[in-house]
Formats: sequence, structure tokens, C-alpha cells
Amino acid sequence: MSSSPSLKRSTDVASKDAFITGIGQSQVGVRLARHPLLLTIDAIREALDDAGLMIDDIDGISTYPGKTAVPAGFSPVGCEDLIDALRMKIHWFAGGMETTSQLGAVVAAANAVRAGQARHVICFRTVYEAAAAARPEEFPQPRPGRLDGYVQWTMPFNAYSAVNWVAQYAMRHVKTYGLKREQLAQIALNGRANAGLNPRALVRDPLSLDQYMESRMISDPLCLFDCDRFSDASTVLIVSAGEAAGDVKCTPIRIAAAAFESERHSWDQSEWMAAYPTGARLWQNTDYKPKDVDTVQLYDGFSFLTLTWLEGLGFCAKGEGGEFIEGGHRIALDGELPLNTFGGQLSAGRLHGFGFAHEAVTQLRGLGGARQIAGDPKVAVATSGGGPLATALLLARD
Amino acid sequence: MADPRLLPRLDPENRFFWSSGADGLLRFLQCGECATYVHPPRPICPHCRSELVAPASVPGTGVVDTFTINRQKWHPGMEVPFVIARIAIDGAPGVFLTSNIIQTDPENVAIGDRVKVVFEQQEDVFLPFFEKID
Repeated sequence: MSSSPSLKRSTDVASKDAFITGIGQSQVGVRLARHPLLLTIDAIREALDDAGLMIDDIDGISTYPGKTAVPAGFSPVGCEDLIDALRMKIHWFAGGMETTSQLGAVVAAANAVRAGQARHVICFRTVYEAAAAARPEEFPQPRPGRLDGYVQWTMPFNAYSAVNWVAQYAMRHVKTYGLKREQLAQIALNGRANAGLNPRALVRDPLSLDQYMESRMISDPLCLFDCDRFSDASTVLIVSAGEAAGDVKCTPIRIAAAAFESERHSWDQSEWMAAYPTGARLWQNTDYKPKDVDTVQLYDGFSFLTLTWLEGLGFCAKGEGGEFIEGGHRIALDGELPLNTFGGQLSAGRLHGFGFAHEAVTQLRGLGGARQIAGDPKVAVATSGGGPLATALLLARD
Repeated sequence: MADPRLLPRLDPENRFFWSSGADGLLRFLQCGECATYVHPPRPICPHCRSELVAPASVPGTGVVDTFTINRQKWHPGMEVPFVIARIAIDGAPGVFLTSNIIQTDPENVAIGDRVKVVFEQQEDVFLPFFEKID
């Protein structure tokens, strides 16, 4: 780990604030051979170096969803693996699936540092689904048995994948508001264009509208390019207490607000997805307004989720998302609301929620390199999920 | 006959639902105090918090609230394309079922289509599929 001494820097911050300080990411790939715990430690090393912290400065860990064997590779590393592997001295840790989606782990960490439970919390999300699928002898897929829990209401009807659940909301948008495939395509095209400027992005080849329109449909109206794909990677965000933000050498980014709200905790009993009430609630939790936002990093595990976030957060009215993104100019790197500037999950890899906060911090610090947006950005929104789970973070550089 | 499906594990809470088709009727839990339907099944009414909830039959008709045409084979034996739809259940306001619209061309399904339940038994489970009403 970093051997450099912590750089002290005076900051004038309220003690109840929480900041994202160091950020890190492992190699992003498919069918990686490197052990998932080591990928996680790669990302931790980078985040510690970024912040000028040492591993002994870390006293908390937060993850989503914690270690699980099923689905294979979905979450192969838990807090307990890290704590013991690195002999960490931890005062608080948590990891679980029952939260508001992936970035719920960051909200939990922010609450922990505000409450004084910890000073510097490592938040991580490690995915290994591509590697696990390629090495079934190491990561056996369980034989399908009887269904428990919510999937009993979907899988008997061959609605196997979240794409089938999201596609039904997308179809409602198509039929109610007239969303066109040429419009929705801009989420994927914009992500791919930005990924070309991101050295770590998983897929960097150019993608044309013709390729998108001709690609095979997965679940109408969503096609292959509307869906992210299994990836192997770890992403780390260090969340630090306000009084500890002076410990770090990087520019701390304040977690100005966080939000979650859902109409009904269900994939098929809600009229619309949780991105709508969650987006509205974010603005109730802050004095910032949508017009203050310089860039948005919005979950795109499926492209349609991003569209619902744009509408739910009030960047356009409900039903007008298709027109808002039409042509792609408004959401491009040099547009009025640069979106998913690292490529999103569709092109940068299925980092599963954490990539959006990682990129928001990168942009707010002006460290985006070839993909850095102009204009000294100070405020960003990062989200994960979309429905029924949804987390929105408002991030600010003071 | 539909292809063999992954089936729910029956327990005291869901057994009535997945067995209901044995006599051809679709049932959901209903509150004995305020008549609210409770789905998925839980032992309390979300509206009045009464614990007097019991299965009650509904007409078995409904409306396609939204749908998708799935074209991806999620396992090698899966026959595609097929329609996955969310059905608004007549007589049970606020209750929806995810199911399949069978016995019709997938391209022939639209939001607002009237449908009726048709059960198919697989092992000890009666799966509620839906057909269009002409």
C-alpha cells in the first residue's frame, strides 16, 4: 500500500459532511484470470494512492451486495475477506443486498462517517461474472431448482432476465409517449463515443446508428446494444468524514445529497420505475437545482433506465426523454448536459453502479483527460438502479 | 402445452395461489375488513393492517397493461419469440400478474387487449397463462 505520508491540508468543512476522497479501479475486462480479491486490492491501492492515505488509515468498509456464491461471479468478495486478508483494523463495516441499489453502500458509508462510526471507509463493488461464466469448474452455476422469493412471479413465465422486466416499462413509454428506437439509440451511441476516449473502457470501437438499428432484438423494444454485458472489475470509492477530509491530498468531493423513493417495492406491481420518485426526492434533499448540474452519470445497465433517470431527475418532463436525447447533441461531451462521460456500463463495462460515482468524481476534479468536460464542473449527479431499487447521489466540489 | 417451466417452491403463503387453477379459478388474498387485494401474498392487509386476509376468486379476465416480445433464448430449449405481459386483473384493483399471452402471434398483442386466464398444470403447480378474448 501507499508508503507516502498523509498530506495534511486545511479544509473548512462542516463536521457532519461526508466526502468521496480517493477513487480507484482495477483493470476492466472479460474473463480475467486475476483473483477477484486481488482485483479488489488493485482498486484499493489506486484509491489509497489517489488520496495519499495508507491502509491503516482505513477504519470502515462498505460493499454491495456482500459475498455470494449465486449468481456465480456476481459478488465474489465480501468485507470479511478484505478485513482478514489485509489484517485491517475496522470499526464499522456493512454489506448487503437489501439496500437501495449498489450506491446504497456509499450512502451507508456516508451515514457511518457522519455518525462518527468511522473516519475513512472503503466502499467497493467487485464483479466477476464474465470470468465465472468462463470457468464453471471454479464457479459452478447451481442447478435450477424450485423458485423462492420474487422470481417466483416472473421466471415461471420465462421472464428470466431484468431486460424482460425493464422492456415492459420501455414498451409503455413507446406506446404512451412515442419513444423511438432512433432516440433511445443515443444512450448507447453516446456511451460508445465517450468510451473511445477512456483508456479503461471495455468496448471502444465506434458504434453507428445503423449498427444499432440492425442489431438483434433481445426483448422489444430493447436490442443487444441496450444491454450491458458481464465484466470483471473492481471499483473503489473512499468515503471520508468531514473532519477527516483534510487528511487527503486529492480534492474531496462532497456528498451533497442522496435519495431513494419508490412507488411500490416490486418489479411488476408499480406503474412506473423508482427513478421517477427518487429523482424528485433528490431535489427535496438539497438547495441545488437541476440547472446547477454540470454532468450526469446515470445508470445504464439497460439504456432505458438512463432515459427514466433523465426524466425523473427533471432534466426533461416525463415522456419527453426521447426528444431530449434525440440526435445526441445535448448529452454529448460538449453538450449542455454531458452524460456517462466514461462510456457507461454499456461500453465501459458492467461496473455495476459504482462506475457512475467514480466518473462523477473524476470529472468534478478535472481529471477526465481526453474525455474531460469543459467549464470547470462543480456539481454532478450519479445514480444506480432505476426501479424498484434506485439511488441518486448529488456530488459537489466546494 | 408450454415448454417445462421453472416452478415456484410451494409454501404455506403461496400454495393457494399456485394450486388455485385446479378448479379453474384465479384467486388472490383479499382483506376481510376493507376488501383490498393483497399481492404478492402476505399475512396482513397493506391498507387497513387487518390480519383477516383470505383467498378470494376473481373473474379471471384482465387487460394487457404492458408487454414485451422476448426474442432471446435464455436456455437452449427455449422457444422464441414469445410475449411476456403484465396483466391488470379484473376485479382486483392494483393487482398485476406477469405472465405470457399464448395462442396468438406475438406481433398480434397490444396494450389494452382483453385477456382471460388459462391454467396449465406442471407438476403440482397450475400456471396462470392468458389468452386474448376475441
